[in-house]
Amino acid sequence: MADEEASVLRVERVVKDFGEGIVTRVLHGIDLELARGELAALIGPSGSGKSTLLNLVGLLDRPTSGRIVLSGRDTSDLDDEEITLLRGRLIGFVFQFHHLLPAFTAEENVVLPSFAQEGWASAEMRRHAVEVLAAVGLGGRAKARVTELSGGQQQRVAIARALAHRPALVLADEPTGNLDTASADEVFELMRTLNRERGTTFLVVTHDERIAERCGRIIHIRDGRIVEPERAAPRALGGPG
Amino acid sequence: MPFEWFVAIRYLRDSRAQTVLILAAVSIGVSVIVFLSALIGGLQASLLKRTLDTQPHVTLAPEELVARPLLRENVRAAVTIERSPQRLQSIHRWRTLLDQVERVRGVVAASPTVTGAAFASRGVAQRPVVVRAIDPERFVAVVDVRSRVTRGRYRLTGNDVLIGKGLAELLGSQVGDKVRVSTGDGREALVIVRGVFDLGNESIDERWIFVPLRIGQTLFDMPGGASTIELRVGEVFEAERIGVELADLTGLEADSWMKINEQLLVGLRSQESSKLMIQVFVVIAVALGIASVLIVSVVQKSREIGILRAVGSSSGRVLRIFLIQGGVLGLLGSIVGSALGAAFSLFFERLATGPDGSPTFPVDLSPELFVGASALAIGIGLVSALLPARRASRLDPATAIRNG
Repeated sequence: MADEEASVLRVERVVKDFGEGIVTRVLHGIDLELARGELAALIGPSGSGKSTLLNLVGLLDRPTSGRIVLSGRDTSDLDDEEITLLRGRLIGFVFQFHHLLPAFTAEENVVLPSFAQEGWASAEMRRHAVEVLAAVGLGGRAKARVTELSGGQQQRVAIARALAHRPALVLADEPTGNLDTASADEVFELMRTLNRERGTTFLVVTHDERIAERCGRIIHIRDGRIVEPERAAPRALGGPG
Repeated sequence: MPFEWFVAIRYLRDSRAQTVLILAAVSIGVSVIVFLSALIGGLQASLLKRTLDTQPHVTLAPEELVARPLLRENVRAAVTIERSPQRLQSIHRWRTLLDQVERVRGVVAASPTVTGAAFASRGVAQRPVVVRAIDPERFVAVVDVRSRVTRGRYRLTGNDVLIGKGLAELLGSQVGDKVRVSTGDGREALVIVRGVFDLGNESIDERWIFVPLRIGQTLFDMPGGASTIELRVGEVFEAERIGVELADLTGLEADSWMKINEQLLVGLRSQESSKLMIQVFVVIAVALGIASVLIVSVVQKSREIGILRAVGSSSGRVLRIFLIQGGVLGLLGSIVGSALGAAFSLFFERLATGPDGSPTFPVDLSPELFVGASALAIGIGLVSALLPARRASRLDPATAIRNG
């Protein structure tokens, strides 16, 4: 087990049940750890518990039992407001359907997490948002409404939004699932580059074996359990990628 | 700009059609409230002014004479007590009482008067009149007769008198003419018309005659006396309360304009109730409009709300985003509605005028009306946004993102 410094995420014996009366157990005692700077793929068939695990790790939901430790912070005893603050500070989300806010520009979407947490958008936040947009190849489209962008560009904005507030962990739920092959490759390459150059930790849920193969680590989940030992693969950081 | 304001205003701008529609509804609601309040307030103010321009707010007079049977103890008798004939009485120690009542909180002016019935004659013309003997400087602060003098001057010294416009026509008198005033018991005075007044009340203008207090005291055999003390109060609707207080203080009988004009007050209260009922229904309609639009907005934007929550917006921030939308709709609606209501009121006021050029439907567009209407609209906006705002703030982010 990695020490607290190196570990971004530690999931310990996490169980998740749904329903009252007739209870359905979706996760059966998950143990998982992600080291700082990892790029890991979480794969498994539909209904295996991927999204449930992602929601728990992203602090969007709470486990029935077990504990989740994020950047050394045990989240079990936090109240809703503390959870919201921690989520905003430590986690970045990339969703399959980008889920950008259509009423806002690319820059405004990217600055949103910091803006929502601080209550004010400083000039520094806006400048940084433009920098991150430039890093994902959208330097010239900062003032464009997101509805004016292509699907691939929108997903790049979503990645920029996930990164702009410098989170400890980025959770990507089928980030390429809604893109054509060329755009999917572009977007994934971007994530890999950011992982390599910035050291950002990624946990990517995907159905795409091609994408999973290019991650530093693959975690298999089936019927709510981590089922296979992790496949040996070059680590993203320091590895050939 | 704070986060909540930024998002709220962007949402309102983004849903332009919805925003314009609900803004129109709020504006129309506010304009109806402003218009109705201005019209009814104007009518009430006009009615009150017409009533109070010609009469004191409170009149103090000695208690009526009451006949009492003189029976010895242990003697029983069946008696019928008839109302004794009333004669004009002077108020005992009226100067002391005048000083006392002037010091009572709420009283702004007080004047002694002698008021009685008489005949005014000029040549063959003779008319029954009400003699109002006054101290001219004090009385003008109670009822502003000076501004109603249309011919001659407001001057009451020596044998001067002021007569009503109607009486001047009936007697054929001009300013400077002599008129004889006589009472039923044979006392009379030869007086000179110094001015003709028009109090806007035909009955009063045909019957009233103002004379100096001294002439009234002579005519009604009341040397140095005063039959009434007439008062003006600061707040007209306090007149009855102040009247009761003065009656307790002086032992005199107090009649307020509110007691004398009870039917007018009933009418005013009915108008007020009708206005209130209409306002309540308008407020309900506006509140339902704002609430329904914001509820639809919460449903439409539930995924976005989920995203906002996921990226770190607290439930309090989400609550405020929707409250601000309600408040802004109320504020903008109140501005547009106030302008519309004022324009419509002024247009309506100019539609019909009386023979003297005064509006038939005067409107009362006071600053308080606009402040009140705006506060009401913003309040409605906030209250009606509360339900959708709470709903938005309680959305589970994971569910909202998945199902939104």
